Formats: sequence, structure tokens, C-alpha cells
Amino acid sequence: MMDIQRDDLLQMYYYLKLTRKFEERITSLYHQGRILGGAWTSNGTEAVSVGYAFALEKNDIAASYFRDMGAFIIRGISVKRIMAQYLGKKTGVSGGKEGNVHIGDLNYGVFGFPSHLADNYPVGAGAALAFKIRGEKRVVAACTGDGGTSRGDFHEAMNFASVRKLPIVFFCNNNQYAYSTPLHLQMAVKNIADRALAYGMPNKIVDGNNVVDVYTAAKEAYEFARNGGGPTFIECKTMRMHGHSEHDSAKYVPRELLEEWRKKDPITNMETYLRENNIVKKEELDSIDTRIKNEIDEAEEFAETSPYPSPEDALEDVYATPVEE
Amino acid sequence: MKEINYLEAIKEALYEEMVRDQSVLILGEDVGVYGGAFRVTEGFYEKFGEWRVLDTPLSESGFTGAAIGASLVGMRPVVEMQFADFISCAFDQLVNVAAKNHYRWGAATPIVVRAPYGGNIHGGAFHSQCIEGFFFNVPGLKIVAPSTAYDAKGLLKASIRDNDPVIYCEHKYLYRRIKDPVPEEDYVVPIGKARVAMEGRDVSVITYGAMVHTAIEAAQMLKDKKISCEIIDLRTILPLDKKSIFTTVQKTNKVVVVHEQTKTGGVGAEISALINEYCFEYLDGPVIRVAAPDTPVPFSAPMEEAFIPKASDIVSAVEKLVRY
Ligand SMILES: Cc1ncc(C[n+]2csc(CCOP(=O)(O)OP(=O)(O)O)c2C)c(N)n1
Repeated sequence: MMDIQRDDLLQMYYYLKLTRKFEERITSLYHQGRILGGAWTSNGTEAVSVGYAFALEKNDIAASYFRDMGAFIIRGISVKRIMAQYLGKKTGVSGGKEGNVHIGDLNYGVFGFPSHLADNYPVGAGAALAFKIRGEKRVVAACTGDGGTSRGDFHEAMNFASVRKLPIVFFCNNNQYAYSTPLHLQMAVKNIADRALAYGMPNKIVDGNNVVDVYTAAKEAYEFARNGGGPTFIECKTMRMHGHSEHDSAKYVPRELLEEWRKKDPITNMETYLRENNIVKKEELDSIDTRIKNEIDEAEEFAETSPYPSPEDALEDVYATPVEE
Repeated sequence: MKEINYLEAIKEALYEEMVRDQSVLILGEDVGVYGGAFRVTEGFYEKFGEWRVLDTPLSESGFTGAAIGASLVGMRPVVEMQFADFISCAFDQLVNVAAKNHYRWGAATPIVVRAPYGGNIHGGAFHSQCIEGFFFNVPGLKIVAPSTAYDAKGLLKASIRDNDPVIYCEHKYLYRRIKDPVPEEDYVVPIGKARVAMEGRDVSVITYGAMVHTAIEAAQMLKDKKISCEIIDLRTILPLDKKSIFTTVQKTNKVVVVHEQTKTGGVGAEISALINEYCFEYLDGPVIRVAAPDTPVPFSAPMEEAFIPKASDIVSAVEKLVRY
């Protein structure tokens, strides 16, 4: 394993746990009818976005998708603003114009997530193209789900990035299901990583429940990309432990499968690792947990007490340069 | 002033913008070594190199998405659709990503998509379409459609410098068929401003693109019959220059809207609705639309000829309105 500083390990633990707990709070508010619209969580797959985002540098770009809460937070978008977005408040990431996980903010190098899955693959490739043209040592991380890898944009982006050797790393959160559709009805290849072969792109399969594995693979691929090596595709094998969104009980997922994956929970995984290797004492973990709870309480308070946007606000910002009437 | 044709005007605008601004780059199929299907970017590859004039794989959604991504980090990409018809493959990226970026999360998306469009070239259903209608209903996009070399150059420069996604409809039929004077010095034609292509008293003909020339031809025929037409060349289709539209309606009180696009749900329908809603009391008759029939663009010469609105169609519409 790569030499990872103790601080970094603890940070990753913190982000994993914050992501889990924050999304649990969103879920609970959802069930109380206090948020607008639906709630999507990355439950069980947090190590994917935490791992790839933690390995990025400040000036890099994350072209994420909707199960990447860990990435949004790590890039620096505050849980306050995200919670406010979930509640449709003016203080939300998009001022109420967008909801839930449709998060983007260029100040933190996060491209907005458009619902249309895999759309951010070509968009991410375009940013990587710009970096390459300008000779900047920046990279892009793009991510989508297993279902998204069947879309044309996935393939068009992979092909283009490989042809032009762009500094981008494509991640796939392979959590076995696209809404209710299992992998074997989505594709006939055994591994999603096999799809990269068609584009002559280096690829890797990692344990998506092990944040250190994801982080290590990401870091290596970013370095390769930064040094002109071109793109890599990284398949993170994991399991979606909730329904597609909170309204979905996921009856279509065999219970045994969930039980099997529950034993591999990414957060318990990390805790055990930290404890067994004597990297951290229990009290330290406890204090991280307390800090997380406080942050989430504050975020909820902030969101609840924030004002709603006014109806007129909805007419603003259609254009960056409005045409004078 | 020198005279150049429509295609040269597009080429000059692109070239000058690339020299002026390092962040301008071109993406598309066969735009590099080959110089583009219509030779608009001929010589660019030699001048600017393979990283500013990029031959892309055949993947409209992919390279349009890439243009969007590059624009988010400071570039000003110009995408060439080989034929406007293929823009349908990039529909999602334009409509859901480019058009909504600024509204959804405050990110400007300064891209230009060049769309060589229109018929009269025996191109059939997949190489002749007018595509502006597909995007006309999408807030967040801008659509321009020049009819002269002067405007082709000035509007392309304005589009490249604009901070929003612009679909630049360049009419293939006009490429080498029209020529007009263009200044030596740098200029732009502002987005969102129509022009009066011909002043007149009796009837307003509101149109854009190649149909401006057809309308002028019709106006000449009508002059012999002592009917004076005012021709409005919209230049920008989205957003429409409502002020210019209303001004001409208030002047002539009679309007014919002309476009090569098919009739149902076309730009003309919106113009007619706007006039009805805001200028009803100024009207001396119904707003009449002259447009292509609601069919795919037919191939065979007599069929295509009948498909594309002609000067005589405009003359009939105007005469009908005058008699009203
Ligand atoms: C292009 C597109 N079609 C349909 C949807 C509706 N939809 C939202 S999520 C989803 C399943 C996504 O599955 P996957 O890509 O595997 O991601 P996961 O939810 O498993 O993380 C679907 C069908 C969508 N967002 N985009």
C-alpha cells in the first residue's frame, strides 16, 4: 500500500463518516416531509467519491454525478449550503434554482451535475482538453454509475479522451443496480472496466468499499494523467445499500446480497483498519463523531432558518449576458 | 470596404478571433487537415495547429460536451457541425447542459455551435434541414442566423465573444452565392438586434437567413405593382428583437412572416402570436406565414423547389394582405 499520512487517513475517515451521517440526516428530514422533492444517498458507496476526491489537488476539477456527496464536501462545498439546497432555500448552492444532489460550483472546481447520466463524461473531457492545450498540470475526475456506462456520451468521451490522451480519470461507481435494473441486464461484459479496452484505455478494478484502495488508485492515475500519460478508467465495485432514492424500498435486491455487502461496509472497514493498526484511539474517533454531529446540526439549523428565494428570482440568470430588450 | 462572400466572412471572423484570442479553438469532424466539409477552416490547421483546430471522432454529443467543459475552464470553443442536421446527436448536451448551466449553477458556457443549415442544394432530408426550431423553445440558448456577409462576420464575432451558448445558423445556400462589402477593421453585429433590410410603407415582411434575399426579390416584383414592402431581417432568432417587430407592425399594420423552416410550431408561429398579443389593435389583417410545408425536406428537384418558399409565394401573401 501507498504510504499514506496518518492525518490523511483520519481526514478520509472524517469525510466518509460526515457523508454517511449527513445523508442520513437528509433521509430523516425526507421522511418527516421537511425537504423538497426526493432524497438520493450514496449509502454504502461513500468510499468511491471520498477516495477519488480526496486524491485531487485544489485546482483540479470534479465532474461528478449524484452519488458523489463525499466529493462535493471534500471539494469545499459546505454541508450548510447543500442542506439549504435540499430545502429549496436561497442560501443553497444554487439559490433555490436547483435541488438536492444537482450540485456544482466552479469556485470549488465542481462541475454541476446534470441529471442525464454520463453527460459529465464529455464535459469533463473538455476541461481536460483545455488543461492539455494550455499546458497546465491539472486533471479532471469524472464519475458516473454502472447504468450510465451504457450511454453514448460515456463511450464518446472515453474514445475522445483516449485518442487525445487527455488528463482525465474516469470513475465508475459500480453499485450493481441502475435503479432496479441489475448489471446483467445492462451489459454483457463481465467487468465494466472491460469497456475501456475498446478505447485502448488503461483500466483498473478496485474495491469500492475500501477508501484507501480508491484513493491509491486515483492518486496513481492522476499522476499518470498529469504527466501526459492520458486517461485511466477505474471501476469501483461496491453496493448500493438503500433504494435508488428514499421512496424506493429496493425489494428487487436479494436480501442475502445486502447482508453479504453489509459485512463490507466502507466505514466500519475503515474504523477497523484504523483501530487494528493502532493508528487512532477510540477517543479520537469519538471526538470526530461529535464534531460531525455538530456540523450537521448547524447545517440543518442554517437551512431551516434561511429564507426562501422569491418567485421573481426565478426569472434571473437564464443568460450570463442577457440581451437588452 | 472590400467585397467578400458569405463563406469568406465566416472564415475571416473565425480566423481573426483565433488570432485575437488564444482561448478560441475549433472542434469538429474534418475541420483540421481537410479544412472542413465546406472548406470554412481551410488553412487553419497549418496556421493554428492540431490543438486549436481539432479533428474529432465522429461523435457530436461527445465533442459538443467537450466544448462545454472547455468553456467552463476558460476556453471559447467553436464547434462545427458538419451539417446542421447532425446537431440532433448533440441535442442533450446543448439543451440540458449548455443551456442550463448558468441558470442551475451560475456557470457561463461561452460556446458557439456553427450549424450549416438549409436547403436548395439537393441534400435531401438529412442535409437540408432548418434546425432553429428544435432549439427555439430552449431558454438559455441564443440562436443567430445572418443573411449577409457583413452580418455573417459581425455576428460570428459577437457570438464568439458572448458568454452564452450560441447556435450560429449559417445558410449553406448563401456560402458562395452572395457577396457584400465588409469593413477592413474589427466590428461586431450585436446579438438580439434585427435590422431593416428594406424600408417600406404597406406591408412588413419579417424574415431571416436565405429568405431575406427571397423577400427582397419579392419586394422588387411588388414595387412594379406599387406595393411597398418593409423587410425586417431578424438576424437573431433567440431571443427575438420584439421592439423591431412591434415597430414595423405599428408602421405598416400588415405582416407576412417568412421562413424556410417548416410551418407548424416554427419561429413564424411565435412571431405571429407575439404580434397578436401585443399589437392586435395595430393590425389591419391577419399575420400570414409563408413557410415550408410540414414534411421532411424532399430530394427530387421539382419537389424541393416546391418545398422552399419562393418570391412568388411571398408576392401572393402580400397581395392577399393588401386586399384585405
Ligand atoms: C439519461 C438518463 N436516463 C434516465 C435517468 C433516470 N435515472 C436516474 S438514476 C437512474 C439509474 C442510474 O443508475 P446508475 O448509473 O447505475 O447509477 P446509480 O444510481 O446506481 O448510482 C436512472 C435510470 C437519468 N437520470 N438519466
